[in-house]
Amino acid sequence: MSLVSEGAQLSGPVGAQAVSPRLEPSIAGVGDYFALMKPRVMSLVVFTALVGLVVAPVHVHPVIGFAALVCIAAGAGAAGALNMWYEADIDALMTRTAGRPIPLGRIAPGEALGFGMTLAGFAVLVMGVLVSWVAAALLAFTIFFYAVVYTMWLKRSTPQNIVIGGAAGALPPIIGWAAATGSVGAEPVLLFLIVFVWTPPHFWALSLTCADDYARARVPMLPVVAGPAETRRQILLYSILLAPVGAAPWLLGYAGAVYGVTALVAGALMVAFAWRLRRERDGARAMQLAKQLFAFSIFYLFVLFAVLLVESGLLGRAAA
Amino acid sequence: MDEKSKPTGIVLTEEQKRSRRARSIALALALGALVLLFYIVTLVKGPAVLNRPL
Repeated sequence: MSLVSEGAQLSGPVGAQAVSPRLEPSIAGVGDYFALMKPRVMSLVVFTALVGLVVAPVHVHPVIGFAALVCIAAGAGAAGALNMWYEADIDALMTRTAGRPIPLGRIAPGEALGFGMTLAGFAVLVMGVLVSWVAAALLAFTIFFYAVVYTMWLKRSTPQNIVIGGAAGALPPIIGWAAATGSVGAEPVLLFLIVFVWTPPHFWALSLTCADDYARARVPMLPVVAGPAETRRQILLYSILLAPVGAAPWLLGYAGAVYGVTALVAGALMVAFAWRLRRERDGARAMQLAKQLFAFSIFYLFVLFAVLLVESGLLGRAAA
Repeated sequence: MDEKSKPTGIVLTEEQKRSRRARSIALALALGALVLLFYIVTLVKGPAVLNRPL
């Protein structure tokens, strides 16, 4: 029995290459749709948006704040679904992504496209009606940037794909801030810059561990195009740049001393991880160091935003 | 079963029926949550519900 469901004939040209059109009724379960929304990416998006929302100088009613976060989560899920729809062909070729719902044949490309578009529309409209049209416009732009600019254009055309495309992942704090204030200020732009500069070393560390996958799928990630040595050099350069950018909210007076110390220590550790990776060029040890840097980069971003959340948001509010 | 009583359209398997039911319930819950969210936000915003920052 075919596991591919109805709607397959609606698939785009790329999805159609991965899964041939068949017309059996869907067996996609709720879990498959949940996986389609990239829940791990979504959780990071919601967290960074929450920080943007909380550090904003305007008190937002908890219900409105909750509505904004739901919309941002839905928007991130929609972008993830559209990404998986378009990338079904290369997902099927890569070990890391072969278990996603479309390559597995549990969700047809057309279903994913319909789900992503509907969810995106709902997320933007509800954000506009319930929270703020500025935040809604930013959310729409973020979804567009991730699904169209990054996924459809940059990813397959340049090794700078995740550098430029990283803007999509960096926008949620600005959306959170806009949901609270109805505008955009300097502080959320700093948060944007942190995530933006953090993205290349984070992703390139991951891509070092699965460069063969990317080569097989013909995706021009930096390790495939420029080689592992150049990728390690770029990781180190971006990590060195990230250290002062991470500390910028403190240096510019937007955050307190606890954040400053945390950012400096975490930034130094990030550079140290990148330096070790740069020195170790071959073998299992190099792979292990790439995985360590990848894991630490997630911790880095989490701890910086968590401290900012507690310091600028919760403690600042209590003091006021 | 004679020819007349045979189903002519698509006949769902048990797995397909279970999946469809799960999707329908999830969709109903999502719509219900959306209705509830609109209701509560309307109460929270009160008369200012039409006054949004642009």
